[in-house]
Amino acid sequence: MTQVLDKPVELRAPVSPAERTARRRALLEWIAVHSLGVAAALFFTLPFVFVFLTSLMSDSQALSRDLIPHTWEWGNYKSVLRTPGFLTWWKNTLIYAGLGTVLTVASSIPVAYALAKFRFRGRNLSLMLVISMMMLPPQVVIIPMYLFWAKQLDLSGTLWPLIIPMAFGDAFSIFLLRQFLMTIPNEYLDAAKVDGCGDLRTLLKVVLPMARPGIAAVALFQFFYAWNDYFGPQIYASENPGAWTLSYGLESFKGAHHTDWNLTMAATVLVMAPVILVFFFAQRAFVEGVTLTGVKG
Amino acid sequence: MSTVTLASRHRRSALRTLAFMSPWLIGFAVFFAYPLVSTVYFSFMHYDGFKPPTWSGGKNWAYVFEHYPLFWPALRNTLWLVLVMVTLRVVFGLGIGLLITKIKTGTGVFRTLFYLPYLAPPVAATMAFAFLLNPGTGPVNSILEKAGIPAPGWFNDPAWSKPALTLLALWGIGDLMVIFMAALLDVPAEQYEAAELDGASVWQRFRYVTLPNISPIVMFAVVTGVIQTMQYYTQPLIAGKVASGVIQGAGTQFEPGYPDKSTLTLPQLVYNLGFQRFDYGSACVVALVLFALSMGFTGLLMRRRGGLVQAGD
Repeated sequence: MTQVLDKPVELRAPVSPAERTARRRALLEWIAVHSLGVAAALFFTLPFVFVFLTSLMSDSQALSRDLIPHTWEWGNYKSVLRTPGFLTWWKNTLIYAGLGTVLTVASSIPVAYALAKFRFRGRNLSLMLVISMMMLPPQVVIIPMYLFWAKQLDLSGTLWPLIIPMAFGDAFSIFLLRQFLMTIPNEYLDAAKVDGCGDLRTLLKVVLPMARPGIAAVALFQFFYAWNDYFGPQIYASENPGAWTLSYGLESFKGAHHTDWNLTMAATVLVMAPVILVFFFAQRAFVEGVTLTGVKG
Repeated sequence: MSTVTLASRHRRSALRTLAFMSPWLIGFAVFFAYPLVSTVYFSFMHYDGFKPPTWSGGKNWAYVFEHYPLFWPALRNTLWLVLVMVTLRVVFGLGIGLLITKIKTGTGVFRTLFYLPYLAPPVAATMAFAFLLNPGTGPVNSILEKAGIPAPGWFNDPAWSKPALTLLALWGIGDLMVIFMAALLDVPAEQYEAAELDGASVWQRFRYVTLPNISPIVMFAVVTGVIQTMQYYTQPLIAGKVASGVIQGAGTQFEPGYPDKSTLTLPQLVYNLGFQRFDYGSACVVALVLFALSMGFTGLLMRRRGGLVQAGD
């Protein structure tokens, strides 16, 4: 019995003690790294899990210390969707984010292209100004901007003061796109020029198709910026509930239901879900975008 | 057609640049330069939005620095957040970045899970944390108490509200993780091999190979973290509002910085002065303080050569 088992062991090359410790160390390291990974994963996911579980609790249970719902109240989601205003907030958010994204992308592309590929005096200065604008808290210019939109153009109570400026380039998008366009070799542009393409044709027919991942990243970031924006709607739309967005409405939702954690968490899930859903379809664009803005160009 | 002079070609290329740059040039003038100049102008005016603005000299400045009870607490909070929150975010982000490069099984799943919180809308994420860390019925304190650990008051305790915000900021570390991950994967493998041959320990390899290679990215993370902290607005505001149980539109005036001014940040003061007290002049003073601080750090970010953001090509 023991002899049979011993045989294959004898056939294997003898494992030197050094190699055995190395192997054991590799295994231990694998276990340590992956246990740490699981611990970190719990830290990052448990908040989502608890929020989701609470969103399915009954009113009274949400106020208790239980972690798991006794009965699964899917009707909470129905109540949230039926809350007056909730669907309007969705609509407004989609308008703000959708229109804003289209305008930002369309207006930022030519600027980014000029900054990446044209040689002109003041180019570095322009780029530095773009970066400075990107780093600037929106509160720095909000008082004159508010007075301009509200007192002079009478547009408070709408989202237009947030959407219209997006037709004039967005600093972050310009910077991200510029970083991306820098990676496109100049040979392609020269070839297009030799073939008789003007600047606009080169941009539209040669550069844009190659820059698709960069444009996707910019569009996503801009869409989520508007989706997540709280300060802008608070300044311009707060006086008119018909113009509230999800982020702004969600906070007031908590105010109106301030003991109903279950409904509030259901609303929270409904605001988070689209972002996470979109992420799963566009992971690469996101990660690429973050890397491009973070790493040297 | 054949006699295209140099001058006209120059003019054409200048026009072309101007045309391509025009969206931003207009945007810069109308939505940045003009309001910035106006902010300076209003900071010397008394203006409540109804009566025409009148010259008030340095009164707004004196008011903000000497009599406005919220300015110094807000500045102190900002310094606290810069020191503690930014430092912890960079250290934790680097740690998670290192961890994700070491994970060999299920890398994609782990990376996605670590990244997701970064995407959660700030209002939703803050409300989720206000619930999770709710001292009465929140799951975190339930678990802590079951484990026999004294549970803090989090967003309801002035001593714990900023640590609670820090926890929220650490949860959304996804952006830094990606940046550090990219930098760590760029470190040349030969350098690690050489260090190993020289018998360097794990710590020595990190200290003498990893850190020098990624130091520009660490610096980038620190400076952008500080700039983000200058803009920190939504999370502390929502946390304070939810924790204090204020009901919007019910006539209750929200005490900014609940509890006890501990979650005040400078951007909140612009809102408080301008849109709650209708003292546009003083709001502009705070806005200019914010401008000076942010520009200082942005200058730092762009001064560093050969790393961070490269202006030239």
